[in-house]
Amino acid sequence: MKLIDEFHNPQKAYRLAQQIEEVVDQPLAFMEVCGTHSHVIARHGLTQMLPPQLRLISGPGCPVCVTPQEVIDAAIQLAREGLWLAVFGDMMKVPGSDGSLDEVRATGGQVQVVYSPMQAIEWAQENPDEQIVFMGVGFETTAPSVAICISEANELGLTNFSVLVAHRLIPPAMQALIAQPDVQIDGFLCPGHVSAIIGVHPYQPLAEQGIPCVVAGFEPLDVLQSLYMLAQMCRENKPQVLIQYDRVVKPEGNPTALAKMNEVFEVTTTRWRGLGEIPASGLRTRDSYARFDAQKRFALELKPVPEPPGCQCGAVLRGAVQPTECPLFGTACRPDHPVGPCMVSSEGACAAVYRYQIPTTTPSPT
Amino acid sequence: MKNPKLITLSHGAGGLLSQQLITQQFAPLLEHAGQALNDAAVITINGTKIAFSTDSFTVSPLFFPGGDIGSLAIHGTVNDIAMMGGIPQYISLALVIEEGFSADDLDRIVQSIAEAADRCGVVVVTGDTKVVEHGAADGLFVNTSGLGEIPVRANVEPKRVAVGDALLINGTIADHGIAVMCAREKLDVSTEILSDSAPVSEITSKLIAELGEKVHALRDPTRGGLASTLNEIAAQAGVTVEIDQAALPILPQVAGVCEILGLDPLQVASEGKVLAFVDGSTADEALTVMKSCDGGQQAAIIGQVTSANWPQVCLRTPLGTTRVVEMPPGEILPRIC
Repeated sequence: MKLIDEFHNPQKAYRLAQQIEEVVDQPLAFMEVCGTHSHVIARHGLTQMLPPQLRLISGPGCPVCVTPQEVIDAAIQLAREGLWLAVFGDMMKVPGSDGSLDEVRATGGQVQVVYSPMQAIEWAQENPDEQIVFMGVGFETTAPSVAICISEANELGLTNFSVLVAHRLIPPAMQALIAQPDVQIDGFLCPGHVSAIIGVHPYQPLAEQGIPCVVAGFEPLDVLQSLYMLAQMCRENKPQVLIQYDRVVKPEGNPTALAKMNEVFEVTTTRWRGLGEIPASGLRTRDSYARFDAQKRFALELKPVPEPPGCQCGAVLRGAVQPTECPLFGTACRPDHPVGPCMVSSEGACAAVYRYQIPTTTPSPT
Repeated sequence: MKNPKLITLSHGAGGLLSQQLITQQFAPLLEHAGQALNDAAVITINGTKIAFSTDSFTVSPLFFPGGDIGSLAIHGTVNDIAMMGGIPQYISLALVIEEGFSADDLDRIVQSIAEAADRCGVVVVTGDTKVVEHGAADGLFVNTSGLGEIPVRANVEPKRVAVGDALLINGTIADHGIAVMCAREKLDVSTEILSDSAPVSEITSKLIAELGEKVHALRDPTRGGLASTLNEIAAQAGVTVEIDQAALPILPQVAGVCEILGLDPLQVASEGKVLAFVDGSTADEALTVMKSCDGGQQAAIIGQVTSANWPQVCLRTPLGTTRVVEMPPGEILPRIC
């Protein structure tokens, strides 16, 4: 674990924190788009090392959080109707309008947590008499592997496998975020894994609109160094797209993965939880793969569902409200009984704060 | 309207929901159920204090690198008795076998039970076998109960944990949980990760023999890991426990798997570890005792009790920052990406 240790070096971290302090000469708000970054920042207490003028805002890059409730409801409905559902672990506890997948499993529904969508293909092959539906959530990171699965299912001639496609694309959401009048974003900490697929060109328009972008890795030193790079660009007023995570991310991304995504999916307008409808921000299966689309195969109608009363996940995902400002945070909404999705996923902004932040006031006993 | 409340896997994961099940659902009906928050009950018969514990084992797969359900069932109960300072002596063994289970596998498991009992110095004195229909159990479930006398010198209970106490562990964390997860999910890890399933009764009895009442509390971080165990103790004693991340022993391959799956090693189970709270003045002595025992060579002082203002567990990171270690809410699930 030499590699990881290297990125936890305290002396280097202090030096970076000092450098950040030196270049931050005005109030700045940087958004970490990716939920894994929010998690790393909270887990390592990185905000404790930053100058008070620099504020970090959690963005919408948590797949569970931005998946609209109607998609969760559709998955729950499929599982209740006797279909077999394969999902990523984070989806299990997300509250739908009526119950969660966790509860469906507890009442005998076939819901299996998978580590990779290929496990869903294996499950389908092992159980030819059952309809297996994989819940395809996530961004450009998970979309290529789901595309490969659909393509594989096609080659295998599987008739009992389909995907509930709910993939979303990050750059259009970032564009929508900077257009908000009530949220000031001075720089983006861009997601490392998404960028490994899409490269850096999709962020170029943001830099051209004056917002610096740094593609960041996931170790504490990666994050600190990326914040320093952002702060420096702000100070010099030279917004660009830079790659800090260059041991993984290439400027052109991963053309093979992009080609596969493009072969199976096409870009569409889609609804994000909290952000509403964003043009060209989602994926749907192309007509040539339509038979693997669960929504089409089972004639699912996805009608927008209103947010639970009081839940501020929408505003949290837009960066307009800090998790602790939500009236439900830590009281009605906790990881053991989440109201909104930001408290469910380990990448959710509310869960990260709830899990790791030392309370500034003595909490009341629960 | 909302569905009636259901028991989910999270209720059995050793975290917040397990605790709520005991305190809210069992304790009001069963007068002494509160003791279930400890690893074993302490009962007194004719003036002799006895530690009494029971545990059911439902691990999947039944055979995993570093152990199997048989040895695990012995070590688990032996360790629970040891956590109250007891010297494990007598064990009961109950098997629930699913129709169609392999007789050869059963042989291997019973053999493993016999060897583990021998190693722990306990005898299996009573037992029960049930066979249920195919589909009514996942191969084999094992329950063990055990008894052990508590020496007069022992006075361990979470309430005795106090400001100034040192916290020690006898070796690496999270090995068992990650070994079983890798075996169950067939995750290909280049360096095999072995479960740490082992008895810790030698360590606990030596600690008590050497340090007596200076040993304040013992607890094995099984389900829910250190996060769950330390939060329980912090709550029972009303103290803040601070652990030092840099001092925590963890195998690099275990840390690596946790990193990839997005799991917090602090929430992952160990099965051959003991957390010992000892009077701060005896920390070094306790460390020497641990290191002299089988399974204690990698022992370390990993934290201390810093205040009695508020029950919580904090972690000091190598960067000098501090964060809370929360009680895990329930079942640990891998993240998406």
